[in-house]
Amino acid sequence: MTSGPVSDLECANISKNFGPIRAVDDVSFEIPSGSFFSILGPSGCGKTTLMRMIAGFETPSAGDIRIKGKSVVAAPPNKRNVKMVFQHLALFPMMNVFENIAYGLRCSGTPKSDIPGKVQNVLDRIALPDVGQREIHQLSGGQKQRIAIARCMVLDPDVLLLDEPLGALDLKLREAMKIELKLLQHQFNTTFVYITHDQSEALVMSDRVAVMNNGRFEQIGRPQELYHAPTSAFVAGFVGDSNRWAGRVVDADAQSAKIETADGLVTECAQRAVHSLSGGDAVDLFVRPEFIAVGRQDASREGAAAGGTTLTGTVDSILFNGANSRVLVRSASNALIEADVTLTGGDADFREGDSVALTWSARNAMGFRSDGSRAGGTAGGNAA
Amino acid sequence: MSQRDIKRLTLFLLFAPFALWILLLIVLPHIGMGYLALREKIGPRQYEFGFGNFVEFAMEPIYWNTLLRTGSMSLLVTALALIVGFPIAYYIAKIANYRTRGAMFLLCLIPLWVSDLIRAFGWILLLRETGVISSSLQAIGLIDAPVELLYNDVTVVIGLVYTVMLFMIVPLVSTLDGMDNSMIEAGYNLGGSGLTVLRRIIIPYAMPGIVSGCIIVFMLTAGSYLTPILLGGKNSSWFTEMIYEQFITRYNWEAGATFGFLLLAFTSLVVWLGLKLSRQTLAGTVARS
Repeated sequence: MTSGPVSDLECANISKNFGPIRAVDDVSFEIPSGSFFSILGPSGCGKTTLMRMIAGFETPSAGDIRIKGKSVVAAPPNKRNVKMVFQHLALFPMMNVFENIAYGLRCSGTPKSDIPGKVQNVLDRIALPDVGQREIHQLSGGQKQRIAIARCMVLDPDVLLLDEPLGALDLKLREAMKIELKLLQHQFNTTFVYITHDQSEALVMSDRVAVMNNGRFEQIGRPQELYHAPTSAFVAGFVGDSNRWAGRVVDADAQSAKIETADGLVTECAQRAVHSLSGGDAVDLFVRPEFIAVGRQDASREGAAAGGTTLTGTVDSILFNGANSRVLVRSASNALIEADVTLTGGDADFREGDSVALTWSARNAMGFRSDGSRAGGTAGGNAA
Repeated sequence: MSQRDIKRLTLFLLFAPFALWILLLIVLPHIGMGYLALREKIGPRQYEFGFGNFVEFAMEPIYWNTLLRTGSMSLLVTALALIVGFPIAYYIAKIANYRTRGAMFLLCLIPLWVSDLIRAFGWILLLRETGVISSSLQAIGLIDAPVELLYNDVTVVIGLVYTVMLFMIVPLVSTLDGMDNSMIEAGYNLGGSGLTVLRRIIIPYAMPGIVSGCIIVFMLTAGSYLTPILLGGKNSSWFTEMIYEQFITRYNWEAGATFGFLLLAFTSLVVWLGLKLSRQTLAGTVARS
């Protein structure tokens, strides 16, 4: 965790119990000023509860929440300078766009004469300068989104919380809004805390991501760290797609371990800083499809990197999805393996029944001692 | 018979009871009353068409004073029912959990299980000079002489508010139910105090329900007969009582019919004014599905 001079938002060991259920369990984090922070987790992992505690709608059972260094646990929601974009936006249907944005300014006692200027200013910044007099139901989904953000940003909050605001949009618009949100965050230079169960939203937009599971933070880090260096099986399975196998360590040294999976695959796996493996350990093994090179079997197999794994199989099916196309390969031991391929539509493309050789390096095989929890994705179960 | 004819016949048969009800029990009697109201009595069994009955109403202050009094008391009852009913409706719709909700609705329904005649006599038992309240107050020594709690305006208003409460609560609950809780949270989150959120978000959102409840309650109150008579006695000067008197005591059906139409016109005018002032429409409030 980075420790800036004074971070915008800091949570120290907060927990929340609902009766016997512990929704948030001893979570601590600190968000440096002006960054885009995401909390990523499956539904029911406690991320919404965490956000509601920051906004003040729930009181933590234990721990402290500090905004710009000052504890806000005792402050009611309307006295915290934390604004929130709700899941369904919660724009006020009985007011027009101008009144929606002016509502917060009026509440804070801004002089009447300043309000039109401030509202117009924020409308300009979200690139919707002319919608002030429109009614909410006249706006498109993307416009509503931006108005909901403007309504918060006009108040110049210390932290902006966003509770899966893209969930209700269709796919194309969601993709566009991801980029837009990132740009807006740069423009306003405010700390954004973004809650989502969609890993692609979190990875694309965030400076840092916290992966949450069962009320705890599994890992906090930059998107690349989470993707390439997950510290737990849950993170490895939840972030990105993976082939996931249960297996057992048959041989291990300081650099690498040899793992035999239940399906009979034998693969090398590099030892990691955390979770070092030793002989006999039960492990969950993850290999991302894009790190598996697929080649014709008749081609020479000397491309295999030292310490890597090479095995042969036949193409069981082609999963065509444009640039993200994959093949499903059945290995000699009858295990199914997903691997990324490029399908150009030409003669050289793989077809069902082709014999192929699969290669991956030990560095790209991630093994974690299994703790019995199989939450998170199974092989390829987390399609982006 | 073609498929289309069968469909039409079905529709017609389904619609027939309602149409007959409206036609035979509402429209026809009103035409009869209208005919009566526009008929002047110029001698025994001698009638003439004209507006004499309306002129007579306008010339006699006691008549239109009673109408205005009924109207203003009904407005007061409506306002009180709203003030008392809104928090209850808010509690039922937004705060109570599923089970409490049912129980609270049931509590609101209970008064309607008893006939309003019995209910009013129950009140009389409590409130009359020799009633339960008066004698208990004497027994504990708070008052020396029996006190008459019946036959005054306060009792009438309280009795009416009690009677119509459910009709205020139900439309309020249904509109507040449709309000997303996050709207209220957003109101607080953007810096609003409890009062601001109530005034700028909850009440504007609930306005269709408020107006619809007020219309129903006002109509019921202005047209009520039993409660004002039994709790208010002769002093209540309720307009329906005056209509009853014209029909039954004076046997002046012409005047009675005229008064009936005037009450209808007056309440409709008040409702229309209310809709204009609150910028609501009939379609958006009472007729809302």
